[in-house]
Amino acid sequence: MEINSIALITLLRKETTRFFRIWPQTLLPPVITITLYFILFGKLVGSQIQAINGHSYMQFIAPGLIMMSIITNAYGNVVASFFSLRFQKSIEELLIAPLSNWVILLGFTFGGILRGLTVGCLVSIIALFFTHLKIQHFFIFFISLFFTSAFFSLAGFTNALFAKKFDDISIIPSFILTPLIYLGGVFYSLAQLPVFWQTFSKFNPLLYMINTFRYSIIGISDINVLMALILIVTGTVLLFLINLYLLNKGVGLKS
Amino acid sequence: MKNALAIKHLYKTYSNGVHALHDINFSVETGDFFGLLGPNGAGKSTTIGIITSLVSKTSGDIKIMGYDLQKQPRKTKRCIGLVPQEFNFNIFETTNQILINQAGYYGIPYKLAEKKARYYLERMDLWEQRDRAPRVLSGGMKRRLMIARALIHEPQLLILDEPTAGVDVELRHTLWDFLEEINHNGTTIILTTHYLEEAESLCKNIAIINRGKIIEHLPKAKLLNQLKQETFVLYLKNPLHSPLLGSPFQFETTDPHTLDVTIKNETNLNEIFQYLSEHQILVSSMKNKKNRLEELFLNLTGTNDGN
Repeated sequence: MEINSIALITLLRKETTRFFRIWPQTLLPPVITITLYFILFGKLVGSQIQAINGHSYMQFIAPGLIMMSIITNAYGNVVASFFSLRFQKSIEELLIAPLSNWVILLGFTFGGILRGLTVGCLVSIIALFFTHLKIQHFFIFFISLFFTSAFFSLAGFTNALFAKKFDDISIIPSFILTPLIYLGGVFYSLAQLPVFWQTFSKFNPLLYMINTFRYSIIGISDINVLMALILIVTGTVLLFLINLYLLNKGVGLKS
Repeated sequence: MKNALAIKHLYKTYSNGVHALHDINFSVETGDFFGLLGPNGAGKSTTIGIITSLVSKTSGDIKIMGYDLQKQPRKTKRCIGLVPQEFNFNIFETTNQILINQAGYYGIPYKLAEKKARYYLERMDLWEQRDRAPRVLSGGMKRRLMIARALIHEPQLLILDEPTAGVDVELRHTLWDFLEEINHNGTTIILTTHYLEEAESLCKNIAIINRGKIIEHLPKAKLLNQLKQETFVLYLKNPLHSPLLGSPFQFETTDPHTLDVTIKNETNLNEIFQYLSEHQILVSSMKNKKNRLEELFLNLTGTNDGN
């Protein structure tokens, strides 16, 4: 086998081992958080809210909550793993080795995707205890899952490249990502907002990702799904190329 | 003989304007045990950083085992093993995982990587520590683990940046023996060290770098010949009660049992012993007052206030 393929498998194994080894930090918290969301928002508050496009409130929020877990975990996995390697300088193990930069980038991105999908599976199982979910559009479901988790893994990688201290890897998830997720239509339909806020929300990329995923499961969306898919795939490819450029330039890695 | 490393006109200016390297030129032959010496901040680590692709050069050409670092980076990286100055392990991995992963980054399949990891952990007397994280290992064990990690892909050129810093005397000598063995088996070694005794003992060729410039690059023997004078400490069998007046040599009595003698490079030591024998002074043992390379190093780098 060629160096790059063995190196990629090694990186993937390392990344997967990492998040399984520290499962109380990586896999358990999203399961607890989502269970609480389902109990508080789905059961208690949701029982007071009327059906949206023929779906119960619990069914409406479930895809968004699953996607929220996938996004935050894919992002969190890469930003924490890559920055801690930079911080400990053990990133030098990779930089001196004869593997290509795209392998490093793919290794960490797939690591993020795998954690996002693992958490997504766990959270989906929790969701099935509360509501009935059946995938309506398999192709859109898988494309949406893969590219959204890839996009946020890559975003986490960019954050980790520029971060100088541990505070820098929590600022974006806390102050940018979380608000964008909450304002991205996880808990409400765009149609429920005043016109101004509907227009404003359309600048939020999370709206497209959450709605596409919701469409693939329960068949309803506030936006044009095809346009959303094109945006997600294009954004992911662009972010991959940007990160590769940064890696080739040695940004955050070489002095 | 083919060069393991050839550096031509290497310059490095950091983004803060610091000129770390200024027209560095030197080469290391295959099979050499080469010492790159210099005071703190002289440019040793920057040079090593550029060779190992951890630091970007400003300009210049570097060839490693005949491959151009700029044009064939992956080929050059395959040839190099690095033992960095600072511990840089992933602290959450076990020692065994660290070696297996490092092998994987060099394209070594998992099963073979396991065997190699075992071999080097046993060679470095770390097999018992295979399931422990490096953070719980002693300083000496961490150093040995860094050497094992650098050797896992069997590099042709091994670069050691202060490999014995903080290591006790016994372990240091064990590591010296090991390094001499792998050098004897064909691995070219580049060593930077603050222990000049180490460089004097191990290296065949030495370059001295100061303020970003190579100020000397010679075989060790020729370099040491540059010392204009040396001081020896002679330990006497019987106490000396009166100073040696009228002697042609520069003697200094530090205590009744110890005599310092400073001689010019061309002086024959036999003449001194003949003189001492004539005066019934018996010498039981002797040593250099200062490490010879250390003395030369201090002279060349301008930090020796004694000469």
